[in-house]
Amino acid sequence: MKKVKADPKGVLTGAHYLDGDFAIAEGALAAGCRFFAGYPITPSTETAERFAERIPFVGGIFIQMEDEIASITALIGAAWGGRKVMTVTSGPGFSLMMENIGLACMMETPLVIANVQRGGPSTGLPTLVGQGDMMQVRWGSHGDYQIIALSPDSPQECFDLTIRAFNLSEIYRVPVFIMADECVGHMHEKVVIPPADQIEVVERKWYDGPKDKYLPYKPDKDLVPFMVKAGDGYRFHTTGLTHDERGYPVINAECQDWNVRHLSDKITKNADKIIKYEEDQIDKADVVVISYGITSRVAYRAVQLARKAGIKVGTLRLITVWPFPEKRIAELAKKVKAFVVPELNLGQIVHEVERCSAGQAPAVLVSHCGGWVHDPEDILKAIKEAAK
Amino acid sequence: MKKEKKMTLTLPVEEYAGSGNLACQGCGAGLAMRYFLKAMGPRTVLCIPACCWAVIDGPYPHSSLSVPIYHCAFEAAASTATGVKAGLEMVGDDKTTVVAWAGDGGTFDIGLQALSGAAERNDDILYVCYDNEAYMNTGIQRSSATPYGAWTTTTPVKFFKNQPKKDINAIMAAHRIPYQATASISYPEDLFKKAKKAKGVKGTRFLHIYAPCPTGWKSRPEDAVKLGRMVIQNCIFPLYEIEYGEKYTLNIKVKDKKPINDYLKLQGRFRHLKPDDIQIMQEEVDRNWARLLKKCEAS
Repeated sequence: MKKVKADPKGVLTGAHYLDGDFAIAEGALAAGCRFFAGYPITPSTETAERFAERIPFVGGIFIQMEDEIASITALIGAAWGGRKVMTVTSGPGFSLMMENIGLACMMETPLVIANVQRGGPSTGLPTLVGQGDMMQVRWGSHGDYQIIALSPDSPQECFDLTIRAFNLSEIYRVPVFIMADECVGHMHEKVVIPPADQIEVVERKWYDGPKDKYLPYKPDKDLVPFMVKAGDGYRFHTTGLTHDERGYPVINAECQDWNVRHLSDKITKNADKIIKYEEDQIDKADVVVISYGITSRVAYRAVQLARKAGIKVGTLRLITVWPFPEKRIAELAKKVKAFVVPELNLGQIVHEVERCSAGQAPAVLVSHCGGWVHDPEDILKAIKEAAK
Repeated sequence: MKKEKKMTLTLPVEEYAGSGNLACQGCGAGLAMRYFLKAMGPRTVLCIPACCWAVIDGPYPHSSLSVPIYHCAFEAAASTATGVKAGLEMVGDDKTTVVAWAGDGGTFDIGLQALSGAAERNDDILYVCYDNEAYMNTGIQRSSATPYGAWTTTTPVKFFKNQPKKDINAIMAAHRIPYQATASISYPEDLFKKAKKAKGVKGTRFLHIYAPCPTGWKSRPEDAVKLGRMVIQNCIFPLYEIEYGEKYTLNIKVKDKKPINDYLKLQGRFRHLKPDDIQIMQEEVDRNWARLLKKCEAS
């Protein structure tokens, strides 16, 4: 992995007052993203608008496409053309991208997609918050594959995590998702953008070996194959069909096993390096509140009130949602009375908590269909019940 | 102007678009729907994808339309209408007019595949595109119906849109559908007549209605009807009909073609343009107009 300092052209160093959508655009530019293909959809459009405004001065391409299918396919093309690429979308647009998210995984294409989640299903609540796509991002395309998904809880984290998303996508040659939500996307807060020489970005793992030896899907020691720059004269073949190390289709069970396990292994075997979470007062906790995105900030109020009432409550905020921190949850399950999981959906991540806890500690869901955030009192009530 | 006075067709007094809608001041799309439904009558189903009209209709009890609405996915106005029509036919209803009612984004861009599919099969639907020349519902992003030179939030002033508007009528003509026409909210009798005619034709019909958008065009609401008239008189958006992709009929024969400047001046979205840019637009308009006249002459 080659780490370099960010290109100062894309870095708007200073303290800004930005919403999460704009912060995602700035994070991408700082990370070296120079190609954006997108389609307007509330509540993510502001990121595209910011890109359209900024990219001509940074040097790069913004294209407004004719739909989300075109957006993601242009992204895959531009990534193979050698660029760092991204798009943003929300519910319906995300659904339209699903087939090609699978293609990007199968082709091992580094790209970043931000989903500023709104209330679903279908058209749902275009202008209001939801967290209902957390399972879709993991399982939405057909077949077995692994992706990486991050969840910011503030405009600052939208900036920071977008840079991390680009770095992870380059390291593991995989689509990385920023699973923001309407509240975080439209919330204005102070965002500090550091000087370019303090921002570390990962360069693509380029192959520079002999031309006749290049195998586009031969895993390296870290399980991730090398890419080649378009125009450098290497011959490559890439496909959504099951393929071998050469990238050519091989339609049989053996190759399928090799190919699909590889897509999964490069993420699961590196999960410890990818997973990040934030814990608070967890050591002596009876109850642990597990949350992500805007919900973690609402939960914080409930946790404050619970502590005031003398309940030993800790928090675990998921920063990486996929791969899921299963080891840590299993550890905690042995120590705590219960987990409380508030989500702006009818229960998605809570199922993962249940799975990892394997019956050792119950996971109490505080559900909310979206459209607004939880009332902290509802979370507090669940904490009190769980602490009994 | 004399020509307009000769149009004596009176619109029916019945209203199917009531008050209480959520349109912006001076919304052309609102007027388009009002005149169109007068021609359709109550036995009409509207299939509306994501677009301003998905919002304009308003929440209960303010819902402003008295005909049924099927709010479908963005890319699917035409194919939804195809399905609704087939469903109605199967239960023995061949009287209801099934309408796909979409904006320019849902027609020119994301909905084009479904529209082309329906048109090629000549499905018995009436497709209406009310064209306000950008994605207005999401906050003024360019579409392929946005004209050359226009500002939108994704074609900022310094990098304004540098492609001409997609010729959707030529695309539809290439499908050889039985009837298609352009219309403007500022020529209600013409719009009504065409909608009525389209209603009586079997197969895929396409109406392209020019619908000024003061919010997105940065124009004054009171100028909406004026803009819808100017655009005919300067030949940016001529009023014509095409039958079976071949027979072209010009409805307003503009003799004293106005330059486009006055039209552009009323809209903030063109404020940044320099004389050279306007010249490019004028030449494009002149070319399109000459081509249309030739097509009309040839048929």
